[in-house]
Amino acid sequence: MTETVTSNRRLPDPADAVYSHDVPAERSWSRLLRAGQTLRIVDLEGQQAVDALLYCAANPEERYSAQDTLRVQGSAYVGLGTRLVSNKGRTMAHVAADTCGRHDTSAGCCSCESNAVRFGEQTRYQHACRENFILELSRHGLGKRDIVANLNFFMNVPIDPAGNFTVDDGISAGGNHVDITAEMDVIFVISNCPQVNNPCNGFNPTPVRVLVWDPPAA
Amino acid sequence: MTRAEIADANRRRYEALRATGQGEATKALPPPTALDGAPIAPGAVIRSETLPPGWYETVRLRRGEALRIVDISGRASVSVIGWCLHDTSERLNCADTAKVQWSTNLAKGRVILTDMGRVFLSLIEDTSGAHDLLVGGSTPASTLAAYGETARNTHDNFLAGAAKLGLGLRDIPPCVTFFAPVSLDGDGRFLWNGGRKRPGDFVDLRAESDLVLIASNCPHPLDPARPVSAGPVTLVRHRAPPATPDDPCRTISPEITRAFAFTDRMHA
Repeated sequence: MTETVTSNRRLPDPADAVYSHDVPAERSWSRLLRAGQTLRIVDLEGQQAVDALLYCAANPEERYSAQDTLRVQGSAYVGLGTRLVSNKGRTMAHVAADTCGRHDTSAGCCSCESNAVRFGEQTRYQHACRENFILELSRHGLGKRDIVANLNFFMNVPIDPAGNFTVDDGISAGGNHVDITAEMDVIFVISNCPQVNNPCNGFNPTPVRVLVWDPPAA
Repeated sequence: MTRAEIADANRRRYEALRATGQGEATKALPPPTALDGAPIAPGAVIRSETLPPGWYETVRLRRGEALRIVDISGRASVSVIGWCLHDTSERLNCADTAKVQWSTNLAKGRVILTDMGRVFLSLIEDTSGAHDLLVGGSTPASTLAAYGETARNTHDNFLAGAAKLGLGLRDIPPCVTFFAPVSLDGDGRFLWNGGRKRPGDFVDLRAESDLVLIASNCPHPLDPARPVSAGPVTLVRHRAPPATPDDPCRTISPEITRAFAFTDRMHA
């Protein structure tokens, strides 16, 4: 079930990346990805959930849709080859490489408000992904209402045949990466998840690295 | 405490919540409502209407009122989204609904949450227990793929319904679909369990804030039946019996008890 998969194409050389940045633990990041560019997210230390949202740069009301993505795919987990589908039914990007094996898109992001429900009122004043998303989206003229069900790279959320839904221990090892190739110009937004109340970050949030490559020369 | 001790304490709390959420809380759920059970008290009906297949309806509910959705033919599925009237950025949230209840199963005794840690709707009656939180409703693309031509679909219904409330595409969250028996196999592939659909299946959704819903009566994208076989549904807005202190919807788990406490606090 946790079989490691990678694409057959030649992996890009980090020396050829046009952009590289380390997102500190608990922080957010966003960047315009041009069609054909590939974004790599590296789970530097392992077991680090990376919450992500995509918006069409030309018209941000078109955005990533978890339900459209799962319906088109016919299955519940994101992995190599998954087409990331918009709320208008268009493919925004696809997963071009994946050394982790499975990612979530059904569990949403953590928030101060849901933390208080899940773990008790004393956790309300802990930093959360929705705080990151609100701050990062404000840079693009977007707000809380634009936050939809997101991708959770490197987050292990098995859903069993009986319907049990569990944020479980991460299966991602240090150095695992996922590559996402844009098929349209997209605003790619990340919250490097600050959650410390469940195993999604091994109870210890850590930095991740993002790299961007231009499309290979024809 | 050291960092490691805090992590250990957080893991212990998490495992305890999980054991309750997937153990005692699930076992304590009430049995499904009988098909001929839970009659609506005379005088409690505010409005009843029939929603034809392919169409949508907008339903406003005050806190404490309920919407009964009846699948008369056993061939309908009804996708639902909704917003709180005090702030339409607070809306139905499928992810938190599954995460907080440790389950993708909606059934009598479960609730649907908003994105603000509050309860949106309580499933006070449910004969079916076969609903979908994961796959969502039909779209122009899904009907084209299934039928060779685009048909009336939930995506377009939500857009039209939202527009008539002054809302738009930005406001449309993932939806819940009632009477949509979706399950997963061991590899995470979606399965359609059509045998779990029965004529007369119904749910009663009690509003826990003043809210507005859009209900779309379109076949679920995994339903192999063609739209021509779909049936109408009945929508009954009614005054629900007041919640009692031992209402299972309110007390089923520590998480849900807190979600109701936060909801009640906002209305205090």
